[in-house]
Amino acid sequence: MKIPLSWLKDYIEIDLPLLDLARTLTMAGLEVEEIQLVGLPDPYAGLPADTPREFKVTGLSWQPDKIVVAQIDEVMPHPNADRLVLCRLNDGTGEIIVLTGAPNLFEYKGKGPLPKPIKVAYAREGARIYDGHQPGQVLTTLKRARIRGVDSFSMVCSEKELGISDEHEGIILLDDDAPTGVPLVDYMGDAVLEVSILPNMIRNASMIGVARELAALLGKPLRYPQAKLPEKGPSMKGKAAIRITDPTLNPRFVLGLVEGVTPQPSPYWVQRRLRLAGMRPINSVVDATNYVMLELGEPLHAFDYDVLVRRAGGGSPTIITRAAEPGEKLTTLDGVERTLEPFTVLVCDTAGPLSLAGVMGGLESEVSPQTRTVLLEGAAWNFVNVRRTAFHQRLNSEAAYRFSRGVHPALAEQGVVLCLQRMAEWSGGQVYADLVDEYPLPPQDPEIRLSEADVRRLLGIELNAGQIAEILNRLEFTCRVEGDEVLAKTPPHRLDIGSGETGKADLIEEIARIYGYQNIPSTRLADPLPLPRSDAALEVEKQVRQALIRFGLQEVINYRLTAPQREMRLYPPENRPPEPAYLTLRNPLNPERAVMRRSLLASLLDTLEKNARLSERLALFEIGPVFWPRQDQVLPDEPIFVAIALSGLRQPPAWDNARPPYYDFFDLKGILECLGSDLHLQPLRFEPAAHPSLHPGKSAELFSGDVRLGVFGELHPLVKEQYDLLTPPVIVAELDMQAILASRQSRRETQPVPVFPPVLEDIAVIVDEDVPAVEVEKAIWQGGGKMLRAVRLFDIYRGEQIGAGKKSLAYSLTYQADDHTLTAAEAAQIRQRIIRRLEQQVNARLRG
Amino acid sequence: MNDSENILEELDRILQNGLDALQQIQDEAQLVGWRTAHLGRSAPVMQVFARMGSIPKELRQQVGQKANQVKVALENALEERAAVLRREALERKLTAERLDVTLPGRLPAFGRAHPATQALDEICAIFIEMGFQIYRSPEVETEEMNFELLNIPAHHPARDMWDTFHTTTPGVILRTHTSPGQIRAMREMAPNPIRVILPGMVYRYEQTNASHEMQFNQVELLAVGQHITFADLKGTLESFARRMFGENARTRFRPSYFPFTEPSAEVDMECFICGGKGCGVCRGSGWLEIGGCGMVHPVVLQNGGYDPAVYSGFAAGLGPERIAMLKYHIEDIRYFWANDIRFLEQF
Repeated sequence: MKIPLSWLKDYIEIDLPLLDLARTLTMAGLEVEEIQLVGLPDPYAGLPADTPREFKVTGLSWQPDKIVVAQIDEVMPHPNADRLVLCRLNDGTGEIIVLTGAPNLFEYKGKGPLPKPIKVAYAREGARIYDGHQPGQVLTTLKRARIRGVDSFSMVCSEKELGISDEHEGIILLDDDAPTGVPLVDYMGDAVLEVSILPNMIRNASMIGVARELAALLGKPLRYPQAKLPEKGPSMKGKAAIRITDPTLNPRFVLGLVEGVTPQPSPYWVQRRLRLAGMRPINSVVDATNYVMLELGEPLHAFDYDVLVRRAGGGSPTIITRAAEPGEKLTTLDGVERTLEPFTVLVCDTAGPLSLAGVMGGLESEVSPQTRTVLLEGAAWNFVNVRRTAFHQRLNSEAAYRFSRGVHPALAEQGVVLCLQRMAEWSGGQVYADLVDEYPLPPQDPEIRLSEADVRRLLGIELNAGQIAEILNRLEFTCRVEGDEVLAKTPPHRLDIGSGETGKADLIEEIARIYGYQNIPSTRLADPLPLPRSDAALEVEKQVRQALIRFGLQEVINYRLTAPQREMRLYPPENRPPEPAYLTLRNPLNPERAVMRRSLLASLLDTLEKNARLSERLALFEIGPVFWPRQDQVLPDEPIFVAIALSGLRQPPAWDNARPPYYDFFDLKGILECLGSDLHLQPLRFEPAAHPSLHPGKSAELFSGDVRLGVFGELHPLVKEQYDLLTPPVIVAELDMQAILASRQSRRETQPVPVFPPVLEDIAVIVDEDVPAVEVEKAIWQGGGKMLRAVRLFDIYRGEQIGAGKKSLAYSLTYQADDHTLTAAEAAQIRQRIIRRLEQQVNARLRG
Repeated sequence: MNDSENILEELDRILQNGLDALQQIQDEAQLVGWRTAHLGRSAPVMQVFARMGSIPKELRQQVGQKANQVKVALENALEERAAVLRREALERKLTAERLDVTLPGRLPAFGRAHPATQALDEICAIFIEMGFQIYRSPEVETEEMNFELLNIPAHHPARDMWDTFHTTTPGVILRTHTSPGQIRAMREMAPNPIRVILPGMVYRYEQTNASHEMQFNQVELLAVGQHITFADLKGTLESFARRMFGENARTRFRPSYFPFTEPSAEVDMECFICGGKGCGVCRGSGWLEIGGCGMVHPVVLQNGGYDPAVYSGFAAGLGPERIAMLKYHIEDIRYFWANDIRFLEQF
């Protein structure tokens, strides 16, 4: 909402400097987003350079000595140019001849000395103004020039040149009482505050609304415009009737009439205010409706009364408000034929629809330059219907903006009266002495009982009932103090105050705003703390994240939104499962982000792909939810997974180790083993896996105790081809966080540090190639008994020495007793038992 | 008499010869040779011991003592020389072993948490210190949880504040804020006091650009009890700002509007980059918006199972990515989920 300072001053005396004014509004919830100077000096000028620019300031300051009010006493033809004139101008210091091409002076050309001088905005040599001939706002300084043989060093200005609007058709013609020679800034210097209106503050989308807030904040009186119907004049009886079919859609409808108007350009100050507020002046009739809407916040609509009479077959028109019939059509004043929905409310007459209620008028009954009698509508509408209509028709009119947020029906009458008066002032004509007013559903302006304790309880400040009432009074609540309670009646201009506890909260917010949030103290929570509460899932997630980071992996976080075909890349093209059920967006931003991911691994591989050419070593993981819709639930399951991907160099390359080996299966297995011991999971078990995404010979399922944690291994070459990746193999894992949580050991014990020295020895056994290492190790442990403390595989050998189809596994063994030093004989016994077991269980023979 | 005097003189010579020879020794090998020559079995001083029998009885003690002194003196000299040589050798070695210390170090493989995780953890840790507990809730929500129960009825103007991703399941949406967690937490915990933080991913139907994302994290605070005031809200967020941004961090509360809180406020923090003087980050204003907050709306309390006439509460929402962007001067919010390793490795 653009608020010209000069307009605001019609309703309240303001002596605050601009920045203080902007701050006062901002700190009350009317955030000033920008201050646009229209002549006034820059509030930051003259302040130290490091003063924070709390507010964005734009626009033009008019130099008092360079830009002044002047008068043109005669307009003369230019000797060499038809499209230019020479003005005999007085700027208060003397007479100057000024050259201009302004078309709105041509009518005075060659008429000799003017009986009534024309007042203009005059810029002297050296004035800084905007260049009128360039698009946008380009600053320029007036310099002496010779145009078509005439010296020119100063000019009469258009609105564009002074930064008032983008109007450059003609020069500004000031009102006749403008004082010649006075700096223009003193006569009409202004600033426009761009105020952001919160959704619950639509009452402030008007000059009076903002002025009322200021009045409350500054403790100053508010001057309402004085408007009333003429005491004498024709009556509307028999001139128009109103029929409201559904008061919940249309709680009030008011009509007023003015006849004998002549639509004409509005007075300059009206046009200027409209432009500063962001609206385009049309003519004095339309401008009056817009002006009063901006002034009061009540959108109004002017009908050409004679058109309505014609539509009524020469009789008196009846205005009917109703919901649209399905498929009904109306051409709005923007020339668009619109097909209507049943939620749209229409203003009709007996001949059919006239306008979209609260949104936009119809083309046919619009006022025109020929209009002589205006039937003026002020009404109240159900905000939901207006909102739905404006949304559906993609119409963001000023009226819809306000009505879709709720305008109090009391404003309908005030608006009509005020507008009739302004219309007659600016267009001539006779205002009728009464209104037609149908008001079937007045709102219940809530009356709220608020106690001192309520305020204390919610705000933590002590205000007595008198102080509470005083604050609310300033916002025009009608208050009665009863002991420590205030009975506050909502003023008839706002619909945002509820009843009951909500009403109390609404009032308390108003008290806090006016009291000032900055004046409320800051305290530490004193209320009792809740019981401690643990979230095991969150804790284990943190542990996994911390562990993987310690193991050298980088965490990534992806979009949860993806596309099914993107996830399908996880499968070899010839081995794709049917597409699973996705949680699908009805309104995706793009097809690449149309469903919620089902696979975290797919998500992670996308990231790996993006980084494949950026780093020689990629060790990534992600922890996060996937989304699995379920037939039997409204909401999908959101299980949390951890996905890991390794690819490229095993270690960061260094100057003495330029090509470390690539990551392989055992790197990831080692990470998972460390994860198991770091989180104290039940002992891990690895079994060969058959997973379509993974290399059949280089993948495993991971179990902890009886719980399956997930699967890992090298990406299947056919899957890898689906991604834009380089040579190194890609090793991936996907583990279920819930399973990790379930496999944590509930209890664990530490072992005492051994006192007696260990016996270390190596053993190498030859087994068939297909015997898994884990079986060999199991036999060693079983044979070794409790004295065997550690088994470590340190070498694998295949070769001619031991024959084809065989492998030799060499282990380093540690024997130890808790209570004595092992003798050589004992060690030999253990060794013999181990060898026997190996021979029996895995058909091993000792390597010589 | 002459003989014995000769022997004593000879011992002096032996000592002197030994010491002179020792001074010429330059390394360990020569030292071993010297030891054999001057302290070995056939060394001159040892020969004197061997000849003791032939020395007159009355002189034996004197010669014996002298010979011993010579032997000990040679041994000590040997030790000293050996020590000197070791020290010299070490110094030569250290001099020879000088590295180019400007060569790059060998990097351990080390990982990092994603910057959003780091920001989230940092924020949560501060509130956990204040007694808040983490509470998580689903990212896919019903419209009822995300809007209606939070006092945002259908067709209410406030709905415009959230651009929503709808799903093909009617009434199911991607949550636009973590606030539905408020209702879930309240319904789970009523009528007990609540102090929870609701961290997590939220979604907005919004074209992405440098400052807008379709997905981002939020951290929401919720405190409910019988004596919780707006002053507590101010105090809590001010403490947070000081812990997060330093003891001098000043905050400012501006009235605002959220349907699920009343009174509502926008929290600004004095720009920590420029100390409030105005800079590019705060667009010259000296203030940075860090979140929204307010007292829990009575309707929301009611929907959560708390009688608003008895209980009150506050809620606040912060944007971890936004805070990280401010703190680390990240210019484009899209960096977060683009996961370019060159970005991630800077954290």
